[in-house]
Amino acid sequence: MPKPFKPQIVTANDLLMGDVIYLTADGSWSRDHADALVAQTQDEADELLAQAAAQQLKVVGPYLAEAQIGTDGRPGPVHFREAFRTRGPSNYFHGKQAAGVEA
Amino acid sequence: MYQYTDFDRDFVNARVEEFRGQVVRRLDGSLTEDEFKPLRLMNGLYLQLHAYMLRVAIPYGTLNSRQMHQLAYIAETWDKGYGHFTTRQNIQYNWPKLADVPEMLQALADVGMHAIQTSGNTIRNVTADHFAGAAADEIEDPRPTAELIRQWSTDHPEFQFLPRKFKIAVTGSPNDRAVTKAHDIGLRMVRNEAGEPGYEVIVGGGLGRTPMVGKVIRDFVPKAELLPYLEAIMQVYNLHGRRDNKYKARIKILVHEESLETMRERVDAVFARIKGDFEVPTEILTRIEGSFTAPAYKIAEIAPVVEPALQSFIDTNVAEHKNPDYGIVTISLKGIGETPGDATARQMRVMADLAERYSHDELRISHEQNVVLPHVHRGDLPAVFAALREAGLATANIGLVSDIIACPGMDYCALATARSIPVAQQISETFADLDAQRDIGPLKIKISGCINACGHHHVGHIGILGLDRAGVENYQITLGGDGTETATIGSRTGPGFAYDEIVPAVKRLIEAYLDLRESEEETFLQAYRRLGLDPFKSALYEQEKAHAA
Ligand code: HEM
Ligand code: SF4
Repeated sequence: MPKPFKPQIVTANDLLMGDVIYLTADGSWSRDHADALVAQTQDEADELLAQAAAQQLKVVGPYLAEAQIGTDGRPGPVHFREAFRTRGPSNYFHGKQAAGVEA
Repeated sequence: MYQYTDFDRDFVNARVEEFRGQVVRRLDGSLTEDEFKPLRLMNGLYLQLHAYMLRVAIPYGTLNSRQMHQLAYIAETWDKGYGHFTTRQNIQYNWPKLADVPEMLQALADVGMHAIQTSGNTIRNVTADHFAGAAADEIEDPRPTAELIRQWSTDHPEFQFLPRKFKIAVTGSPNDRAVTKAHDIGLRMVRNEAGEPGYEVIVGGGLGRTPMVGKVIRDFVPKAELLPYLEAIMQVYNLHGRRDNKYKARIKILVHEESLETMRERVDAVFARIKGDFEVPTEILTRIEGSFTAPAYKIAEIAPVVEPALQSFIDTNVAEHKNPDYGIVTISLKGIGETPGDATARQMRVMADLAERYSHDELRISHEQNVVLPHVHRGDLPAVFAALREAGLATANIGLVSDIIACPGMDYCALATARSIPVAQQISETFADLDAQRDIGPLKIKISGCINACGHHHVGHIGILGLDRAGVENYQITLGGDGTETATIGSRTGPGFAYDEIVPAVKRLIEAYLDLRESEEETFLQAYRRLGLDPFKSALYEQEKAHAA
């Protein structure tokens, strides 16, 4: 039996800045996980990843990560690694948590 | 200290220009990421969890105050005002932007530093005893040897694409402060029966997923034959090392799978063939040795120490110097609750200034993530201590429970499976009281955020390995590891602990030790070696059960 599909988003690092970004519905990139477009089928996910991989001038290392829909109806991370990536390091107030979330 | 020659300077500057061009081409799309990645890694530029990371080599951990000032300048100008000193005598900057990296590399080149071979399957930064040239117990200064190896290995065309990365460490003291037995090659300076200097060569040590203590492949290699002998080992490894499986590619696996004897025979055969071609002219050796001569020690008054805080600092942080009027000061980068190995730009400047004024312009980075002022006149200790205290750098905890090695873990590292830093911070806060720490005595806690073991957990008296268990951080404990001349790989105690259980578990271990020790003189490691795993295991897990019940 094939594994049941779990909703996924595409994430990567920004080429210039190196920080964490998410692919959105209009094909652009957001620094906010909640803006990520959620793929509901494997085909959709593959298609999104291919779209991201083509954006060589913008991103590095795009990959699919599992996401869950929160109470506000927007996607959040599932694995703790992805949760850390939405924030920044624990030891300093650096990274996303400090930058504030910008579109 | 060793000074770059014109050739070195031109070479490093040319590399910066080359990389500048590569960045431009990546940004305008002429290079794909797949093409660019190996090029950036050749210049120490990684992409980590939240940002790029630039890893800069500090060869054998030695630098002068001008170089330390430049590291501070780089931290402030292109990073977030701090740097992270690592267990391989590197400094890592955690937040550079891609477009700034050529400028950072140029700033390094300006003071004779670089990031070449800090990544990739090549011979990495050569490390050495951080007390080199100063320690009272030293047979000889290991740094000329490390420098010779650096010159031979940097851009060595044959060894840029080894089966895997390759690490060499050198010690000149019988007391091993360079973890030589956990390196691909460890060199111990020794004298033979005739009193001639040479090396004991250890091969096949390493940490990572298959930790191993290195084995002695030759008990004496005369100085003049070192490079051809190393060249022979490298050729054998390059040819026979496994390339089919990344996890079996280190030389330790080759030695383990094919036996030390086979390895020795092959190395000897190559050595016999190439020996003549690789002899290093004496004038080169003499020139290198000449740049590591002892500083002009001064003669001055030494007032008796009256201040108890200074006395405690001297007891824990100052080691015996070969000149009895001098001491070796270790500056702790492990203030209570701080991130092990981090220093702010301001702290770097304080340390640089102290080195210039009181340590004959020299600093060292230790593999334990601390900074060393190697030559401080004992009469200057009060002034040094006062300045360190002022900068928040006077924590008197060297070798104690809060002097923890912790790798960056999942707070920075893309390979991590769990965090290391907050665990270290919490342990240090749990044992904040320095008197209590002194009562516990010498204890090395080492934490890694994944099986790569950058935090040396396998050789920690208490080792902590962060893992991912079904999407949750989990921490496994090993006990009895030792990274010195009596190197031992620690033993696993049993199931791991959750993030909020790991610090209480460490606390139970230490309380058990305090109950079990024969006397206040018996260290944690001695008690463990006398009693074995069981009583510590009970302390770890019995209470767990009681909790659950
Ligand atoms: C953050 C980026 C880093 C990356 C991508 C990285 C990569 C790796 C990898 C892949 C290994 C496994 C080697 C093996 O197969 O045995 C390893 C091991 C190691 N690394 Fe790192 N590392 C990083 C940071 C560090 C830091 C911060 C330190 C020092 C604090 C360090 C020092 C070491 C040491 C001592 C080992 C032990 C391996 C051995 O000698 O067998 N690395 N690293
Ligand atoms: S031990 Fe693992 S998590 Fe820690 S720095 Fe090394 S590779 Fe990263």
